Amino acid sequence: MYAARAWSVRHARGLNAFYAGFEGLLTRMHGLFRALGYERIEKPVAGIERVVKGLLFDCRMCGQCVLSSTGMSCPMNCPKTLRNGPCGGVRADGNCEVKPDMKCVWVEAYRGSERIAGGVEAMMKLQFAVDQRLQGRSSWLKVVREKTEASGAAAKALP
Amino acid sequence: MRFDDEPVPGYPLPILPGHTSPGRFERVLRAGGFAVTTELAPPDSADPEEVYKRARVFDGYVDAINATDGSGANCHMSSLAVCALLTRIGYAPIMQISCRDKNRIAIQGDILGGAAMGVCNILCLTGDGVQAGDHPQAKPVFDLDCVSLLEIARNLRDEHRFQSGRKISFAPRVFFGAAENPSALPHEWRARRLAKKVAAGAQFIQTQYCFDLPLLRGFMQQAEALDLFGKIYILAGVGPLRSAKTAEWMRTHVPGMHVPDATIARLKGAKDQAREGINICIELIQGIREIRGISGVHIMAYRQEETVAQIVDQSRILQGRSPWYPERDASQFSHRNAS
Repeated sequence: MYAARAWSVRHARGLNAFYAGFEGLLTRMHGLFRALGYERIEKPVAGIERVVKGLLFDCRMCGQCVLSSTGMSCPMNCPKTLRNGPCGGVRADGNCEVKPDMKCVWVEAYRGSERIAGGVEAMMKLQFAVDQRLQGRSSWLKVVREKTEASGAAAKALP
Repeated sequence: MRFDDEPVPGYPLPILPGHTSPGRFERVLRAGGFAVTTELAPPDSADPEEVYKRARVFDGYVDAINATDGSGANCHMSSLAVCALLTRIGYAPIMQISCRDKNRIAIQGDILGGAAMGVCNILCLTGDGVQAGDHPQAKPVFDLDCVSLLEIARNLRDEHRFQSGRKISFAPRVFFGAAENPSALPHEWRARRLAKKVAAGAQFIQTQYCFDLPLLRGFMQQAEALDLFGKIYILAGVGPLRSAKTAEWMRTHVPGMHVPDATIARLKGAKDQAREGINICIELIQGIREIRGISGVHIMAYRQEETVAQIVDQSRILQGRSPWYPERDASQFSHRNAS
């Protein structure tokens, strides 16, 4: 829903703060997730994620979310799925080259990023090529797994 | 300029220290020359002679020729094929790669293939949307974007690896470039985006048409503030407008094209609009040369390629040097033979 998407960019700061808390909560639930089995909960969690983020961001379930680095404007809504900034075709009114009635996803992203502390720096991070295998999978679970595995590895590395 | 180590046409130059390619274009830029590039519109034909005919128009006036990759999302001969034809006789093409039509498997194969055919310069682009061209019913691919493409391309060259991590046995020796549009929104972010491209591996930039010098100056100042000077060679895009009507048409139909009202008014008021278009272009080039940090111009003259020679001549940007072309050194050789 386009109106909801625009609302989310306007409230990028609040959403970003909320997500930071939510991610912390999810990370603490790692033990439970592991007990249940990550693969077993993948489908239901991805289902919830699809509904929530679909409503807020028109999420396309790329499975490798970068919303915190794009001012809460989902780059997968760009018709060229650009993840590193706008193409050169942005119209004089700030609208999309391909969809003239839509505001450029990246014009929105820049507005959103300026509302988030550290958003501008986050936007400068290089986003590498999308892994198409993750399409449709939960980005939340991926983040939790990667975080806990990284901290686990770090703990193991200690003497 | 003539190099002491000038090879047989079609053979690579030796790679100088600090260079990444055996090409003329990188040499001119690194030697501090004001480079001139142009664009060859690939034919809607399978006849190689049509490619050569289109290249010959630029003989002696340009340092490198861009071979466009389905520009404007229109179907033409492929950029890889045009480049292969051009390198055969010694021209220095810049192979454009757009992310619109191919996925990463095809693109990485083209980089290796192009380099094997003697391509020394590759321009990494996102590409226009399919809606802009003659096949709006086609599937847009966009597996990569220009920044991820640059990063993958650089790893091929510097790490000798495909994106998958698999090793390659001989790396492509290529000078990588990207595009930028200083005139497009959001202006305050264009230089930051340039910084991302530099971080991803871009070594030179060819910009979209710049008709608005204050915008270009602002862009360059931002680039300097981000400490990008010295890390990237920037060629400003220019071109002659044939008439006020074409300018209007281009402004509405060509993605990312920004023509100020004042330019259109000036064309409208002129007796000979085509001549005035060339004059505007020459004045722009002279203005651009004064901007700090600019290393050359990229002249786009679609369907009026014959004007490029005139524009280069009258704006005196070559400052007496003569870029290589197939017959350039013939007189010198015949002289040698005679003595």
